[in-house]
Amino acid sequence: MNYAASPVLALRLPLWRSRMLLALIAGGFLVLAGRAVYLQGLNNDFLQQKGESRYSRVLDISANRGKITDRHGEALAISTPVKSVWAIPEEVQYSAQQRAKLAALLEMPPREIDKRLGESSSFVYLKRQIAPELAERVGDLHIPGLFQNREYRRYYPGGEVMAQVLGFTGADDAGQEGIELAFQSTLAGKSGSRRVIKDRLGQIVEDTQSIREAQNGRDLTLALDARLQNLAFSQLKLAVERNKAKAGAIVVLDANTGEVLALANLPTYNPNNRSRLSGAQLRNRAITDTFEPGSTLKPFTVALAIEEGKVAPNTMIPTAGGSFSIGRATIHDAHRFGDMTVAQVIQRSSNVGAAKIALGLQPAAMWDMFDSVGFGSVPRLGFPGEASGKLRAYRTWRPIEQATMAYGHGISVSLLQLARAYTIFAHDGELMPLSLLRVDAPPAGKQVISAATAHKLRDMLELAVQPGGTAPRARVMGYRVAGKTGTAHKEENGGYAKNKYVASFVGLAPASAPRLVIAVMLDEPSAGEYYGGAVAAPVFAAVMEGALRMLGVPPDAPLQPLELPPAGSEIKESV
Amino acid sequence: MARVNLILLALLTACALGLVTSQDKNRKLFAELEREQERAKQLDVEWGQLQLEQSTWAMHARVEKIARNHLRMSVPDATRTQVVVPPAEARQ
Repeated sequence: MNYAASPVLALRLPLWRSRMLLALIAGGFLVLAGRAVYLQGLNNDFLQQKGESRYSRVLDISANRGKITDRHGEALAISTPVKSVWAIPEEVQYSAQQRAKLAALLEMPPREIDKRLGESSSFVYLKRQIAPELAERVGDLHIPGLFQNREYRRYYPGGEVMAQVLGFTGADDAGQEGIELAFQSTLAGKSGSRRVIKDRLGQIVEDTQSIREAQNGRDLTLALDARLQNLAFSQLKLAVERNKAKAGAIVVLDANTGEVLALANLPTYNPNNRSRLSGAQLRNRAITDTFEPGSTLKPFTVALAIEEGKVAPNTMIPTAGGSFSIGRATIHDAHRFGDMTVAQVIQRSSNVGAAKIALGLQPAAMWDMFDSVGFGSVPRLGFPGEASGKLRAYRTWRPIEQATMAYGHGISVSLLQLARAYTIFAHDGELMPLSLLRVDAPPAGKQVISAATAHKLRDMLELAVQPGGTAPRARVMGYRVAGKTGTAHKEENGGYAKNKYVASFVGLAPASAPRLVIAVMLDEPSAGEYYGGAVAAPVFAAVMEGALRMLGVPPDAPLQPLELPPAGSEIKESV
Repeated sequence: MARVNLILLALLTACALGLVTSQDKNRKLFAELEREQERAKQLDVEWGQLQLEQSTWAMHARVEKIARNHLRMSVPDATRTQVVVPPAEARQ
């Protein structure tokens, strides 16, 4: 039977049936097409996302924190990747042998591991910041439930020598102290990300979207000189130990550029291992602590008097008797000499002389002098916690206060401020702005006193370190040194502590063309001697001698052995 | 007409194969680039570690200690120092 003869073909069906079928099928297609348009054109985000998640991944691009180097490019702080081992305790399964191996690798007692794993059921750090090689060996144990992630750890090769200057970073690689905090925005990197397509082997096949580049942190070149810093630190440490001092600080400035070449503090700490830290160790006392400077302030009083034409270096000041009463208070000198010239007042550090010179000055002018050399205002280094010191408004000064301020009492400064103020003597009357970072061109200073006055003061300060002055032990063979001692009772509970002193010395060399300003401070020297000339001046001399040699500064004095007077024979300054 | 179609078909096949080959090459090269970049990063890390090691070994405190205690060296004091001024500076 063939097809054409099929009886079915002879049937005649009503036309509407085939039309209806056609319409239904067409309608069905329309619905499908509509849905397709909806899914692919109008509302396609969801599906696209699901599709992409099958093959594309977003990868983080980590950024490095910039390194910190000294002025010669020697690395002082570097970040390097380390691993942290963490676990999901619920999923951890290991044999006793694996556990012992893990404990040995992580250098933890096995019981400690059990304790950690018991702390939480979902997430716990076993050990943070371990060396990558070690982490690899931990990974080779193939313990389920144990994971690792990459972190950065910052290392400080210099250790305790420059701990307070550099500061340190926390576990998240953000600065917490010191320069690390002050220059956080420069040093910190910005991590980026990229979306890629991966094949089934996990290899990256192509980048799909524009890449957000990671921005590495910028490197920081400090003004610090690592050799000088080490020298300053080791000499300070010797002096603090020898004099049984509670603390000490030293600042070395470049007299021409205002750069901080070295800045050391004691007590200190090891920034690579910060398990037990106290505030005393952390503090950068040269910048954040203030003290009553004592006699190191006399040169400013004298400079002002000379600048105003009130006295000349050889003007006689009636200091005979060694005491001077203002109202009910009496100022004493430690030694009784006859009348002194202005230069001798500096040389022998006479309080009476300084007070008498000061009383010939206007309080406003004195305040201006102290203010313009930076006392009472922050040095604007950008360092966290910079102290401004205390300089009271001159309207509140009583005459006795004006007199005591002339020799550095009733005013407080930080060691850094003091060192900076001395740049006016070193740099022909100009106060130099300080910098923690290396500067390429010497910055412009601010003229405070005339160059002629600065030269006169330098000559007087040279006398102070000669035999017959308060600090013969500050001398350096082959160089002319100028400087001033300071010894002050410590302030305690609103009064002066009887047997607690702060000994200091600020000086510059070579006096013919000053290159360095060094300020040294020792807090509570308690091994018998406490005068700045006996305690702080030797530190100054040792550091200055080494530093000038390192910097290759030509000598400006004959190379003759210095005859040091026997200990304790120097002129005692008035406290 | 049929011949033109055949030629076009052959051309199309060739193009398609070319595309496949170049895509494959692209991926291989990209994978290689990735590997090299990864290596560069590794080397960068290693460089940082070496720098760290160098500055740790070359720390002045350590060098000084070895020089003083081990090699018995000392800084000559000023009496044993002679200062030589270079001629260029002397003329100034």
